[in-house]
Amino acid sequence: MSDAALPAAGARPRGLAWLAAAALFALFLAWGQDLAPWAFALPRGWQVPFADWIGGFVRWLLDDASLGLFTFAEFTRFLSALLGAPYALVRAVLVEGWPAAGIPPLPWTAVVALAGLLGHRAGGWPLALLAAASFLFIALFGRWESAMLTLASIVIAVPLGIAGGLGLGILAHRRPWLARALTPVLDLMQTIPVFAYLVPVLILFGFGPVSAIVATLIYAMPPMIRITLLALARVPGEIVDLGRMVGCTRAQMTWRVMVPAAKDALMLGANQVIMLSLNMVIIASMIGAGGLGFDVLQALRRLDFGAGLEAGLAIVALAVAMDRVSQAWAGLRPEAPRAAPWPARHPYLVAALAILAAAVVAAQLWPWAQSYPQAWRLSTGDFWSRVMREINVTYFDRLEAIKTTLLVNVMLPVKRLLLGLPWAGVAALLAFAGWRLGGWRLAALAGALTVLIALTGLWEQAMTTVYLCGVSVAFAMLIGVPVGILAAGRDWLWPPVRAVIDTLQTLPSFVYLMPAVMLFRVGDFTAMLAVVAYAVVPAIRYTVLGLRGVDPRLIEAGRAMGCTRGQILRRIRLRLALPEILLGLNQTIMFALSMLVITALVGTRDLGQEVYIALTKANAGAGLVAGLCVAFIAIIADRLIQAAAARARARLGLAEEGAHGA
Amino acid sequence: MEGATGGPARLVCRNVWKLFGPRAGAWLAANGPAPAPEAIAAAGLVAAVRGVNLEVRAGEIFVIMGLSGSGKSTLVRCLARLIEPTAGEILFEGRDLLSASEAEMTRIRRHKMGMVFQHFALLPHLSVLENVAFPLEIQGMGRAEREERARRMIALVGLAGREGAFPRQLSGGQQQRVGIARSLAAEPELWFLDEPFSALDPLIRREMQDEFLRLQRMLHKTIVFITHDFDEAIRLADRIAIMKDGAVEQSGTPEQIVLLPATPYVAEFTRAVPRAKVVRLGSVMRPPEGPAPARSLPATATVAEAAPAFLEGAEVVGVTDAAGRLVGHLDRRAVVDLMLGG
Repeated sequence: MSDAALPAAGARPRGLAWLAAAALFALFLAWGQDLAPWAFALPRGWQVPFADWIGGFVRWLLDDASLGLFTFAEFTRFLSALLGAPYALVRAVLVEGWPAAGIPPLPWTAVVALAGLLGHRAGGWPLALLAAASFLFIALFGRWESAMLTLASIVIAVPLGIAGGLGLGILAHRRPWLARALTPVLDLMQTIPVFAYLVPVLILFGFGPVSAIVATLIYAMPPMIRITLLALARVPGEIVDLGRMVGCTRAQMTWRVMVPAAKDALMLGANQVIMLSLNMVIIASMIGAGGLGFDVLQALRRLDFGAGLEAGLAIVALAVAMDRVSQAWAGLRPEAPRAAPWPARHPYLVAALAILAAAVVAAQLWPWAQSYPQAWRLSTGDFWSRVMREINVTYFDRLEAIKTTLLVNVMLPVKRLLLGLPWAGVAALLAFAGWRLGGWRLAALAGALTVLIALTGLWEQAMTTVYLCGVSVAFAMLIGVPVGILAAGRDWLWPPVRAVIDTLQTLPSFVYLMPAVMLFRVGDFTAMLAVVAYAVVPAIRYTVLGLRGVDPRLIEAGRAMGCTRGQILRRIRLRLALPEILLGLNQTIMFALSMLVITALVGTRDLGQEVYIALTKANAGAGLVAGLCVAFIAIIADRLIQAAAARARARLGLAEEGAHGA
Repeated sequence: MEGATGGPARLVCRNVWKLFGPRAGAWLAANGPAPAPEAIAAAGLVAAVRGVNLEVRAGEIFVIMGLSGSGKSTLVRCLARLIEPTAGEILFEGRDLLSASEAEMTRIRRHKMGMVFQHFALLPHLSVLENVAFPLEIQGMGRAEREERARRMIALVGLAGREGAFPRQLSGGQQQRVGIARSLAAEPELWFLDEPFSALDPLIRREMQDEFLRLQRMLHKTIVFITHDFDEAIRLADRIAIMKDGAVEQSGTPEQIVLLPATPYVAEFTRAVPRAKVVRLGSVMRPPEGPAPARSLPATATVAEAAPAFLEGAEVVGVTDAAGRLVGHLDRRAVVDLMLGG
């Protein structure tokens, strides 16, 4: 609607409208307090008790809801048992054995060697070494039992997540109405903080590993559904036609044509499920997963840096091994089958059986081959704790000075400003931005979600979240964009930078929290540091992607016109990379919000803290409402920036390519 | 119109329409039978195929030629009912495909139709042998039998020895040979080729066209061949239909189209075509008068094929029909006029 007038009207009226809106907002801020006090502090009577409603609903589900033959509570108990049985089996194999029958668990030697074998199958000797070394590292630092406990729940959660995501994705691909219904749910799932649904899961399934697996599934499955949908939609039309021309039935079409043709993308989805499941390890331990996550959480609570670091690194080792092996597996190409006897055709199966047999026999002969001996363990925990103490003692003043300067000069003023804003004014301003960027629908969405946040009575916490997120994102962009510009312009620099940010992305988010806490103790500043460290990755990545994606002919043209390097960068490359960089900003905000909730552990006063408190009190209503508020903030930011990026793209005439990229 | 191969009509397409857009069927029924392009656009619909009538005869190569966006790919997909036409009739061996049930359609596609795709559409996870055997596997044929038949097809297209290779290890031309072998594996009667050689380099394209003609001389399939390349159409076709904006501009033998383009649009294509390579002696001969010439050539030969005889000094060449009877004379002057006038 506003676009129609765009070419003729030019830039001036558009700028004027923004200016007028900002002026109005400022006037309202200055004198509105007396005119409309309700716009600044929500009157008590207006607050809607969403939390009580949800809490009541969950209680009703547990106590009274009946699904005909059985009650809802019986249904969740049935699900628990269904998940619990295979988990107990895997756990016995990896951790406990069957003491009653005198059967020990799988010897550590067998696990290390099998990991190496899987690595070799996926990527030859380098990966075999990496995988075996990762597990050896875990044993070396004495985290074996914890790691196997974690592995047991991953082993259950990952296949279920992949199968469930694939199944739902295929169903949604077949039935467009299901895809339309799923998309907003998936959007919400990806922005709602994990803690928020830990609470209902905890209430429905009780404290324990099964709950943890359920929460992991809820967290890790949505991307698989999305990737499945996307991958199936991208199967070339000719391949679909081929399937129909050779007369495939529907099942043949799905399993013989579509899924194999989409295999590469689907394997990426599987990799995502693995990484997200590992990401959940620590959070899931809050509702009883145990294992490495519990170790980290405990260390964090005791502020035992060394122990936390070791357990955290063990998770990283697990993550790196699983990530690299699964990625290499995704890249495997089928080989021609050879006519050969059975053992020669299945060398890896034979090798695995041989390893198992050898490890079990060795474990009978020597006790060290059964469980990793105490004497061989290494602990650097004390060392790291001492280093931290040392740093804190020596550099305390300097660290404290940095922290105070930033807090007083940047963070607190922003916080004061945001907390003083009237909710009605913010809603109006966001609605105006939505209208200018994307039309009435976006305006209605942005305005309505803002008002909803206000109506929950969590406005102050929400604005604290916005302030922490905003400051962190600003710093992340200030660091990420220049690093991206540097890396994009230099061919030798990008590969190492990419390796670093890929690794950063495989780290569980908690790992970022620990050094920050150790150096700066709890508080907003610490939270911000952890968020920046986590959220800087997409800022760098998208900047590089955008700059490298600029058509080289345009750069050549610029050079032919006699532009200097700086001019080419400013006038051509950055200009054209703007849409990508905006998407990077979008991702940075999403990353920051998801990390922000976790930083509730270090004592922020935002929505994350509300969710965390709700978790400790098992208050499903309060937890979900606060979680949804975070999701709303994410959705508003996401939609506004997407609309801005789309406009930027349209102005540059990149609309079609952009539509593909997004 | 008499084609070069005048078999019975195997595939008939009557007044077929395909409109894309919401509720296109109801709109066409209300505004039919032949709405103007402006009316279609005004209704917010896109016309891909407009009132097409075609007859493909048994054993002939029927080429549908058109530039991109002319609706030729949509039309061929309508013929195989991969796309549901908005209106019209498609008769295959006398029965209307559009009234066939899904199960019947599956049976017909499995046993009577084969298709070759522009970008090959090979399944990347299957070897050459498995790709070619795929249609048979889908039909539920046992491994030994289907692999035996697939091997035969692979040998037929000249890829024997590459059965174990994967599509990614083959060149474009080789990949399309696999696509051809696969489309023939189920021994279909009706063979659709959707721009099969468009993605290939010019030299390979030429080689594949020869290969295709060789196969057809052996197999005598009923063929619908789609292309955007007019030279390819002239070279391969028994009959051609030229499409523009979803409708057929002209259909006929290559000779008819080159000699008598029906519209300026068709004339654009034919202008650059050397007449001598298309025109057959039967079209330029005169009644046999005077002494019988020393040399004679069949009426189906092209003028270009007759040119060497005149180069060797002949003034008049005799033209014979299929039975070898003299049916006309061809003068040097007529040949020179045609070659220089083209």
